[in-house]
Amino acid sequence: MAKRRVAFYLMTIPALLLFFAFHTFPALQGIYYSFTNWDGFSDSFDYVGFKNFINIFQDENVLNSYVFTFKYAILTTILINIISLLIALGLNAKIKAKNFFRGVYFLPNILSVLIVGFIFNYLFANVFPIWGEKLGSEFLSQNILGNSDWAWIGIVIVAVWQGIAYNTILYLAGLQTIPQDLYEASNLDGASRWREFWSITFPMLASFFTINMVLAMKGGLMVFDQIVALTGGGPGRSTQSIAHLIYTGGFQGGEFAYQSANAVIYFIVIVVISALQLKFLQKREMDL
Amino acid sequence: MIKKSSNWPATILIALGSLLILFPLYMTIAIALKNPEEMAQSIFSLPTGLHFENFANAIKATNFFNALGNSATITITSVVFILLTNSMVAYAIARNMNRKFFKALYFYFISAMFIPFQIIMLPVVKVTTDLHMNNILGLIILYIVYGLAFNVFVYTGYIRSIPYELEEAATVDGATTFGTFWKIIFPLLAPVSATIGILSCLSTWNDFMLPLILLGDQDSYTLPLVQYVFQGQFSTDFNLAFASYLLALSPMLVVYLFAQKWIISGLTSGSIK
Repeated sequence: MAKRRVAFYLMTIPALLLFFAFHTFPALQGIYYSFTNWDGFSDSFDYVGFKNFINIFQDENVLNSYVFTFKYAILTTILINIISLLIALGLNAKIKAKNFFRGVYFLPNILSVLIVGFIFNYLFANVFPIWGEKLGSEFLSQNILGNSDWAWIGIVIVAVWQGIAYNTILYLAGLQTIPQDLYEASNLDGASRWREFWSITFPMLASFFTINMVLAMKGGLMVFDQIVALTGGGPGRSTQSIAHLIYTGGFQGGEFAYQSANAVIYFIVIVVISALQLKFLQKREMDL
Repeated sequence: MIKKSSNWPATILIALGSLLILFPLYMTIAIALKNPEEMAQSIFSLPTGLHFENFANAIKATNFFNALGNSATITITSVVFILLTNSMVAYAIARNMNRKFFKALYFYFISAMFIPFQIIMLPVVKVTTDLHMNNILGLIILYIVYGLAFNVFVYTGYIRSIPYELEEAATVDGATTFGTFWKIIFPLLAPVSATIGILSCLSTWNDFMLPLILLGDQDSYTLPLVQYVFQGQFSTDFNLAFASYLLALSPMLVVYLFAQKWIISGLTSGSIK
């Protein structure tokens, strides 16, 4: 029996050490640096206490990145969930060429976010404006990514185009767990399609709804690749996400310690939001 | 049960929606095959000339096969080791949940799911550079280690649903713990391993941020990173750029074309459980 125990430790301790070395230790280091004024390349630095944190709350660029990231994350989460649920319902219905369409709708998920971003970047600049001109709309004939008020919508469009794929698959999996006899019973009772959706389908999907909301929101809050490919944070700083700000400020802007503090706050924000979301959504699941 | 006939309104809506997915891909292929004169005539039309020289030029400009080899090495090695090691860690944890050390380990790993990568992004570059691991090998190790957070969660849940009796019989026959794992548990994990394998393969292949911050040497660049680095060079020649995008997307597209059924069913079966 002791041998068995040794084997279990052998299976886990190397993983534990590596995980500590490359995940927890850097995280702790990040927290440590957040209390210093290190720029990332100098040989020496000083301990500055909470100065970075205080400055962050007064930093317009940081505030901007939070506002952009949040409105982006909330809108993409809502759109992705509504659209992917509709598509999943469609793909679950008795349609022609079902497998073909499933293949098509899942396709964006296998593509690199960065390259998809580059492709859309071109479409926004050179292709969509052609339609805008045909429609005679001055607003639609401009490159939306070049407009500081509307560039964020362009990023939402790309994220939704790509993001619905994975959530659709999860919803589709959820739909297949619903027992068919529930629908047969409601058919006998003469329930309308609408009623059927709200009383059977939607409640039965509750746990999938939770997973999808949390995943989409977390993905939205961490947005980075799309920003690099579509706007680089511009025009001005109108589409600079938190992740992009930490990256550019931390590696190129000589703000290593300062952006570490930003990352610590960002971490707390993500944990709080994920926890609230889980609590709120799971409560809904239990009420059923 | 009465067999309902095809739902035509749903079919039409789904078909129209799928055009929105396919249109950007059509444009990518069409632009990659055109030359600037054809683009000037009509941006939407089918290519007439099939300018394969765009691809030849893109292959030369980005050193495509080198990047393809790097991406393939990194992805295949990472996925193989993720499946072998992460499942073993989860096995040890799942069978010892009543012991404090393993229970703590479980929560330690899964709590990392909530840590955004950005918080470790800056220091991890420092750590890996100090250890001379800012290369392909270092990248592979990071993917394997970072996989633990999510994969231990999924594997542990599945292993706990496998009855003990199977292993007890093996132990009585004198199998070691490692032997029991390889011969009995690991084969039983095939459905979850398929899901985890597909997910890790997609995320590793398409990852941009870790290679961006970690890889110093241009010879070790991955496909997405190469696209990013050469973006400036492409800015004047869209046909070359799109040929390069298409080349970078094509390995996954080919795999998907042939393995679509397994990829989708692998992801669905893993998510229900």
